[in-house]
Amino acid sequence: MTPLLSVRDVAKHYGPHIGCADVSFDLYPGEVMGIVGESGSGKSTLLNCLAGHLAPDRGEVVFDTRTEGPRDTVTMSEPERRMLGRTDWAFVHQHARDGLRMGVSAGGNVGERLMAVGQRHYGTIRQTATDWLGRVEIDQNRIDDRPTTFSGGMQQRLQIARNLVTGPRLVFMDEPTGGLDVSVQARLLDLLRGLVRDMGLSAIIVTHDLAVVRLLADRLMVMKSGRVVEQGLTDQVLDDPQHAYSQLLVSSVLQV
Amino acid sequence: MMQDTYNFAYLDEQTKRMIRRAILKGLAIPGYQVPFASREMPMPYGWGTGGVQVSAAVLTPEDRFKVIDQGADDTTNAVSIRSFFERTAGVETTTATEDATVIQTRHRIPEQPLTEDQILVYQVPIPEPLRFLEPRESETRKMHSLEEYGLMHVKLYEDISRHGHIATSYAYPVRVEARYVMDPSPIPKFDNPKLDDNPAIQLFGAGREQRIYALPPYTKVISLDFDDHPFDPSKADQPCGLCGSNESYLDEIIVDDAGNRMFVCSDTDYCEKRQAAGHKGKFAA
Ligand SMILES: Nc1ncnc2c1ncn2[C@@H]1O[C@H](COP(=O)(O)OP(=O)(O)O)[C@@H](O)[C@H]1O
Ligand SMILES: [Mg+2]
Repeated sequence: MTPLLSVRDVAKHYGPHIGCADVSFDLYPGEVMGIVGESGSGKSTLLNCLAGHLAPDRGEVVFDTRTEGPRDTVTMSEPERRMLGRTDWAFVHQHARDGLRMGVSAGGNVGERLMAVGQRHYGTIRQTATDWLGRVEIDQNRIDDRPTTFSGGMQQRLQIARNLVTGPRLVFMDEPTGGLDVSVQARLLDLLRGLVRDMGLSAIIVTHDLAVVRLLADRLMVMKSGRVVEQGLTDQVLDDPQHAYSQLLVSSVLQV
Repeated sequence: MMQDTYNFAYLDEQTKRMIRRAILKGLAIPGYQVPFASREMPMPYGWGTGGVQVSAAVLTPEDRFKVIDQGADDTTNAVSIRSFFERTAGVETTTATEDATVIQTRHRIPEQPLTEDQILVYQVPIPEPLRFLEPRESETRKMHSLEEYGLMHVKLYEDISRHGHIATSYAYPVRVEARYVMDPSPIPKFDNPKLDDNPAIQLFGAGREQRIYALPPYTKVISLDFDDHPFDPSKADQPCGLCGSNESYLDEIIVDDAGNRMFVCSDTDYCEKRQAAGHKGKFAA
């Protein structure tokens, strides 16, 4: 099978400082990859390189495109990359306000990607937005309200709906449950797990919360100081970590 | 009388050449916003300094100049711009649309169809149609260059969801030659169809924002809409009270101390011509 995403030797430096380096992995269709590591370990840098938000210094990020098969997204033209960004890719930010238009109604937020790819029937857009609010458990009566009037959990669910509405094939998530109350986190995780299962989504999820990857990820990469120190099946890595740093990470969580 | 302390039409020749280059570039890329180094003009920004600079750059001594503000030739704004060019360029001025070779306008397109021998200069306050939803200039520039115009429809979507129909009634966004999305300046959407396939040269000047854009003659200009909410220029549902026209854009005016109102053509030249030709509305004297 062709990997959906094939990452080879990706590195990104900030001046002399390593953001991430020597990262290689394959992601197959329907797989969810978790990236864990403490704050500053390079998770967001890597994710942004993969999603085309940052240009890596070196390496390839090969995506299996619908029409032309595997293409290196690092060297493709910016218009092509941005087109992927609003069709086959989705990006869920940690802070909903970075991923939402706060001055636009919930329905407009969900409908934007549809309009961006040429949907020109208001009724269809409205109906699709309504359906999606339902799927992320937001009261459909709130469709004309702005996200500023939503709770943090609702904003995050709205951001997810806005991203998934065009049926992307690959979803990038950066700490999707970060900054939310524990009970709100649990509900969001549940919802995400349902969506991933129902839509057969492929995803890369960055988090420092091992509970998130335990629930969502098939495979895991552990990062430290910009490098991957261990990768494998989630259960294997969490239950029988090989690298000393992974052991530390896992045990510190178990103590909580 | 022309004052000889100024160069013809106030601006120096080098500045006019710079503005003409921006105009030519704008004509070559219809709907594209060309940056230009806007000059201080002896009037406040709100008075259409962008339009004034464009007019100054295209005027020749043989031109006949008309200025309209919301359709009228006699507002303070229109009168002072007209007298500015009378003084600095010594050009003839007129209020008759068909006699003018250059028409500077704020908020309207004349009712009288324009010809290939005319230039219409629009005063533009905010040239960027995407500004409403995306304040970052670096981002809007990218969106134009990559034709990422989904946001424009988000704006229309918001309109319909809030009002049940597209409530944007002026500065209604258009797509030019299936390429650039353009703000037609705050003309009523009633005037949008006149932008399309117009024989005249249409030039847009934004002074404070330092942008010039243009529509060459016979350019395709389409108002954005949805399949199930098509663009509607919304004609008035009554005739002009003075000339009886059913075709023109009407303003509501209060006619006496009792607060009685009537609807009359906003284009005063058009209305007076019709009255002179014997057309009478309900309230004609
Ligand atoms: N824009 C930036 N400029 C300079 N250094 C940065 C920048 N962004 C991140 N870094 C540094 O790169 C390293 C990795 O950061 P980041 O990818 O944000 O880690 P994580 O997401 O795992 O917390 C950190 O040392 C961080 O300080
Ligand atoms: Mg991070």
